[in-house]
Formats: sequence, structure tokens, C-alpha cells
Amino acid sequence: MPILSPITDEQVEILISDVLEQYGYDFTGYSRASLKRRLLRLYGLDKMVSFAEFRYRICNDSFYFKRFVEQITVNVTEMFRDPGFYKTLRDKVLPNLGTYPFIRVWLAGCSTGEEAYSMAILLKELNLLHKSLIYATDINPTVLEKAAQGMFPLSQMKHYSENYIASGGTKDFSSYYMANYSLAKFDNELKTKMIFSTHNLVSDHSFNEFQLILCRNVLIYFDRDLQFKVLQLFDNSLENLGYLALGTKETTDFSPISKRYKRLETDKIWRKVSE
Amino acid sequence: MINCKALVIGGSAGSLDVLIKILPAISLDITFPIIIVIHRKQGTDSLLSELLATKTALMVKEVEEKERILPKTIYVAPSDYHLLIEKDLTFSLDYSEKVNYSRPSIDVTFQSAAEVFSTHLVCLLLSGSNADGVNGLIAVNGYEGEALAQDPSTAQVDYMPAQAILRARIDQILKIEEMAHYINSLS
Repeated sequence: MPILSPITDEQVEILISDVLEQYGYDFTGYSRASLKRRLLRLYGLDKMVSFAEFRYRICNDSFYFKRFVEQITVNVTEMFRDPGFYKTLRDKVLPNLGTYPFIRVWLAGCSTGEEAYSMAILLKELNLLHKSLIYATDINPTVLEKAAQGMFPLSQMKHYSENYIASGGTKDFSSYYMANYSLAKFDNELKTKMIFSTHNLVSDHSFNEFQLILCRNVLIYFDRDLQFKVLQLFDNSLENLGYLALGTKETTDFSPISKRYKRLETDKIWRKVSE
Repeated sequence: MINCKALVIGGSAGSLDVLIKILPAISLDITFPIIIVIHRKQGTDSLLSELLATKTALMVKEVEEKERILPKTIYVAPSDYHLLIEKDLTFSLDYSEKVNYSRPSIDVTFQSAAEVFSTHLVCLLLSGSNADGVNGLIAVNGYEGEALAQDPSTAQVDYMPAQAILRARIDQILKIEEMAHYINSLS
């Protein structure tokens, strides 16, 4: 049998328990196929020569562990991703929440912040930003630093601008940023209502009550048990009649909270209809 | 003869026509699932599975994450996610970086399937204009599964299967009209 993969399934389990014991990060509820792929990717990127070396670095070098968390979690995101979803937020969800005196939004797993700035643009255009707060959280402190800067690659702006228009945006998208070499620096006004903080969905508790929670393309990395646990956390953190938004391939169906939630027609948005 | 537990078909430009031709001739008695990973534009998902469903009486569905993989079912990878297979025979989706400029990437699904099904896996790479899927077939070789490629002379775009034949060990090179019969014989 040829050597097929430098990390075996057993070694994946060893790393998971190392990281839990050593650093308190709990990856036990993560989907293994995806987690193993991320581990192999990092192993290759960093030109590790053996599992022993990889394990040693993770367990004994806290700087390397920081990189490990950064690379193991997926941080791919974009502005106004799935424009139809943002159109529903713009046309239905936010106008409804606009009748409240104050709107608290939680972006769980906000990564480098593209969604937070998209949300701020929507709120601003609906004239709601002044009475809103966007709590943007992620397990990974490095991406939060990036998110707080509000600078994204200029090369992405054509794509984001198309998304923005498809989501019902009518302004000139470029009016929201200044080109700065290869980066687009977004208007500081957008981030006046953002609060960035680390939060681990696996181990941390509810920290506030929200009217809207967005967590898109995070649950796909979790096994069913952990998905249910996190949905319960969202349920505990959502006001009655508040909204929960998930990724296009995620659902509250089959989970214990599903009976309290009513889906908005076609999008992956659910409204909490009873306590 | 391989005891096939899963057939994964990958393709890009020119592969949809092949699927449309072969699906009607695939036996309703196949004993394994068929998993299809096709490059395409974002947001055209249900269209593809609906189109394929008109060509066969087998159940055709777009994959839901954590869904159990059942035989006699044709699963279509959703657009803009990588499709992975867990050891407990469920699907996982992954929105990580594109691979070969592609999401879903054929390499990702072939490699993941190879780890789970090893010698019981059959992978078929169809027409296409990049080499996504070739490294996946090399992984299938490593796990001693069966690697198949469309005969490049029958492909609308021959680069993908030609690269497969050049770089991986291909067990069978199939013309379009041979595919359905070959697939049926895997049961």
C-alpha cells in the first residue's frame, strides 16, 4: 500500500485532543472530512516533514498555534454574498425590525468582516444604522483585527458591486470606499456601530439578546450534535419575533428548536414565533 | 471485479451533454450511489438536478449537508461548495478556498471519496477544459479504486480527460456510448 496521506484519521483525533487539553479549543464536534482536509492543507503549506513535527509545533509553539487556528477555520467570505438573501433582508426583515427602538444584530463567525460591512450598508441605506449595533464575532482573533480595519482587496470590488446591485442596492457602490493602493478602505461611519469580539460557538455562552442573528456557512463544519447545540445557543440569544439567518445549505429542520421557528418563504431565514 | 460502493462522476465544459446521453441508459437496479460534481455558474443549482431528473427514473437530488448516502440515488454537488464524504457515509459541504479555480472541485470530492471507499470506489472524469479531477484520480489510484476517463476523442473539450490519461493510471477509457453499459456492469 503506498503512503496515501501524511496524517491518518487516528492522528487527527490525537491533534484534536492535544489542542483541547493544551489550549482549550474544542474541535471534537467538527466534521472530520473537512477538518482533515484543513489539517492536510496546513501540513503541506508549512512543508512539514512528519506528523511528529507537526504535532510538536502545534503543542509547543503558541505562535504556531495561532496560525493553526487561523488556517484550520475557513475564512472565505464576500460582500453581499447570495444577493437574493440580502434583498430579503433589505425588503422584509430590516424594515420590520426598523419599527423597534433599537436593533441588535449578531454576526456569528464574521471572519474578515465582509458581511458586517454589507449589513452596515443596508442599515445605513434604510436609515437605521444610527439605532443599530452589529456584534461581529469569530473564534479567530486575527480575522477580527482585519475586520476592524475595514479594508478589502480592490480587485474584489467589481464583483462586490455586482452583488450589491443584485441585492437591490441603488447607490454607487464605490461611494462607500476609498481606493488605497490595492485596497478599498470602507467608510469609517460604517464601523461606528460595529463591535468586534472573539466568541467560540462551541464553548462560549449567550452574551446578549438580539433581534437578528446571522450565522452563514459555519454550521456546515459541525456535526449534527454540535449544530443542535449552537442552534440552541442562538435560540437563547434571540428575542421572540427575532430572525435567524443561516447559509444557503443550512437549516433548522430536524433540530429541537425547529418547532419555534417559521421560515420566510424561500430564503434561509427563520422567525422565532414563540418562546 | 471491483465491488462498487460508489461512483463519482466529475466534469466541466462539455460534460453535461454526456450525462444527458448516458443517464437514460443507466439501470434502475444499480447497487450503488452516483455522485456528480460538475463545474458551473453559481446559483443554477436546482436547474441542474431538475434537468438530470428528466433523464432517469432514479432519484436525483442536490446534496443536503449531513445527508446520508443511499444506493440507487444520484446526488448532485451544489454549486459554490466543495463536496466531501464522511466515514459514516454522510455528505459534508465546505466553503473553503477554490481548488483549480473551482468550487465544487472534482479533486476534492474524488480525494475524499477515495479515503472513504478506497478499493470500492469508481471515479469517472469527463470532458472539460482544466485539469481539476486529475489529482483526484491519482488519489483513487493510490487507494486502488478504479479510475475511468472519457475517451478524449469523444469529448467536446478533451483537455481534462487527456490530462487524466497522461498523469493518472486510467483503468478504462470509455467512449460516450460505452459508459452506461460499463456503469451498469459495476453492480
